[in-house]
Amino acid sequence: MFKKILIANRGEIAVRVIRACRELGIRSAAVYSDVDRTSLHVIKADEAYYLGPTAATESYLNIARILDVAKRAGADAIHPGYGFLSENAKFARACAGAGIKFIGPTGDAMEVMGSKTGARRAMEKAGIPFVPGSLRGLESAEEAEQVAEQIGYPVMLKAASGGGGKGMRLVHEPAELHSALEAAKSEAARSFGDDEVYIEKAIVRPRHIEMQILADEHGHAVYLGERECSIQRRHQKVVEEAPSAIVNDDLRRRMGEVAVRVARAANYTNAGTVEFLVDAEKNFYFLEMNTRLQVEHPVTELVTGLDLVHLQILIASGGELPFRQEDLTIRGHAIECRICAEDPDNHFFPSPGTITMLLPPAGPGIRYDSGSYEGWTVPIDYDPLLAKLIGYGSDRNQATMRLERALTEYFVGGIKTNIPLFQRILQDPDFHAARLDTGYLERLMGGPSDPQAPAQGAQVAAAIAAALFAAMEGTTTEAEAAAVNSAHWKRAALRDGLR
Amino acid sequence: MTYEVTIDGRLYRVALAQKDGRWHCSVDGSPVQIDAVPVRPNELSLIIGGISGGIAGGISYDVKREKSPQETHLWIGSSRHKAEVRDPRSLQGRRSAGGEGEGTKKILAAMPGKVVRVLVKERDPVEAGQGVVVVEAMKMQNELKSPKQGAVQKILVAEGASVNAGDVLLLIE
Repeated sequence: MFKKILIANRGEIAVRVIRACRELGIRSAAVYSDVDRTSLHVIKADEAYYLGPTAATESYLNIARILDVAKRAGADAIHPGYGFLSENAKFARACAGAGIKFIGPTGDAMEVMGSKTGARRAMEKAGIPFVPGSLRGLESAEEAEQVAEQIGYPVMLKAASGGGGKGMRLVHEPAELHSALEAAKSEAARSFGDDEVYIEKAIVRPRHIEMQILADEHGHAVYLGERECSIQRRHQKVVEEAPSAIVNDDLRRRMGEVAVRVARAANYTNAGTVEFLVDAEKNFYFLEMNTRLQVEHPVTELVTGLDLVHLQILIASGGELPFRQEDLTIRGHAIECRICAEDPDNHFFPSPGTITMLLPPAGPGIRYDSGSYEGWTVPIDYDPLLAKLIGYGSDRNQATMRLERALTEYFVGGIKTNIPLFQRILQDPDFHAARLDTGYLERLMGGPSDPQAPAQGAQVAAAIAAALFAAMEGTTTEAEAAAVNSAHWKRAALRDGLR
Repeated sequence: MTYEVTIDGRLYRVALAQKDGRWHCSVDGSPVQIDAVPVRPNELSLIIGGISGGIAGGISYDVKREKSPQETHLWIGSSRHKAEVRDPRSLQGRRSAGGEGEGTKKILAAMPGKVVRVLVKERDPVEAGQGVVVVEAMKMQNELKSPKQGAVQKILVAEGASVNAGDVLLLIE
């Protein structure tokens, strides 16, 4: 087993990995940029090392610097988290070259999956079901026309090296094809330094359902069931759940077996996720493979009872999977909300700043994975994800009720968050009926919002409270402030159950 | 003392007095039984009303206050209420900059970021709602608009400058 793991990441996922290390008795080493000196992962880790300036290219993406720090700190493994260098084949190889175990797949497996067209060619050979389309990048507009005609409109143009919705265009009819192709190519070139674009049949109102897999280095591979991630905004997942309401045992087995075949075809090891689009007839098509731990892994952990980070570490250290496919069962239901520093009233514009008050949710069936704390200033420089709030219940309905309840307890002051959006989703009849597809959120947000008229009692209470705040501030002398302070400590102790 | 409190645009006159360590309160002339205890800075436990038999207690509200340089909001459960308080002792009250009306208005940075572009020059005439400065934060650009018709009195930041929340960027007269 490893003695020390360096976590080449920040925020909630770094904290998540630090916790797993502590549970396993492995020392954790965090890394940080200038602006992250006071971030939670640095405070929580056993050791913390400075990487460089705030810009990610000079810190969390700086391969040479991270490896140098890892070697000098005596780390024998690196966990990349998600994002940053987690799917960078060069980094995985550089770790191997430096004699440090990369907790994830090999660089070769990543490379096969990293290019969407490359993945497609490899998977075609293994007999994996695909959305009909071109196998390789389009050479010309004429070729695009030909392929589109063959597979039928609407079609989707996609960047071969893409992700996060960049370089994607939906084309409804032939007249739109030329300009859409130009736009997709230039966006792809700008975002990924590669203007290769391919074409696929657009699946109308698809669900996004993905399968978690684990493969050890001794030839064992299993699937851990699906996650439904159809609730997306601009191709970014917002709510994820497991299991999917439309997947029964038979479909789960068929999708799972395909996912394991995908992994085997790429000689894949460690944790990975095979993404599928599922149409109204429950046909499923391979979309891509994510060669890392996913943001939404907790929902799978809750319904399988497994710890994916423990298992990642076990596999990377050369251990065998401690169970077989037939040992795994799905129990209950879990739903995750990605809590972000964004303003839902202002086009989800990022809302960095200092968190002046934080009341975290807790209670039955609630898991709260956070990278934030009261008094911390959310930097403007990285992803706005603050925390993941996950509700678990014996069924989907109970998980939803618990999550809804937890959201009423959760308070983040000083910055805007997307918490109101989740309250809206969790009360939506279509969500309750699991009538979901990747266009769900756009429809919900485009529809009439009926903000519940606040009870008049609450407004009167707010008026009284506003006056009280003013009165208390106006009259507080230093002695009174000291008295309030000591009373405050006592009350805080009561609140936090420290009696 | 009586405070003029506006919640979500509606005015309440809240009279408060403290006797024997307890608050006595009336709203718009009607007495309201309250018990208020500060939980911590900007959080108040407020119990309103009572039941028969002289039993203390009532409906419990956990009120959180959020103050920015521009405005104050009170949260009760998951509903957010815009609050303005006028203390009768102060002439000006607590109306902050940025609203409609007379006098010089300040354009403030709502979040820390970087000034990408200043869209006007000093002494330029501006319309209400006209974009005057663009601030970038978390790789997104946000155009700040003039709250009123007038002219640019002073520009206090240069393009490329880093700003904090609440920093004054421009004055509109």
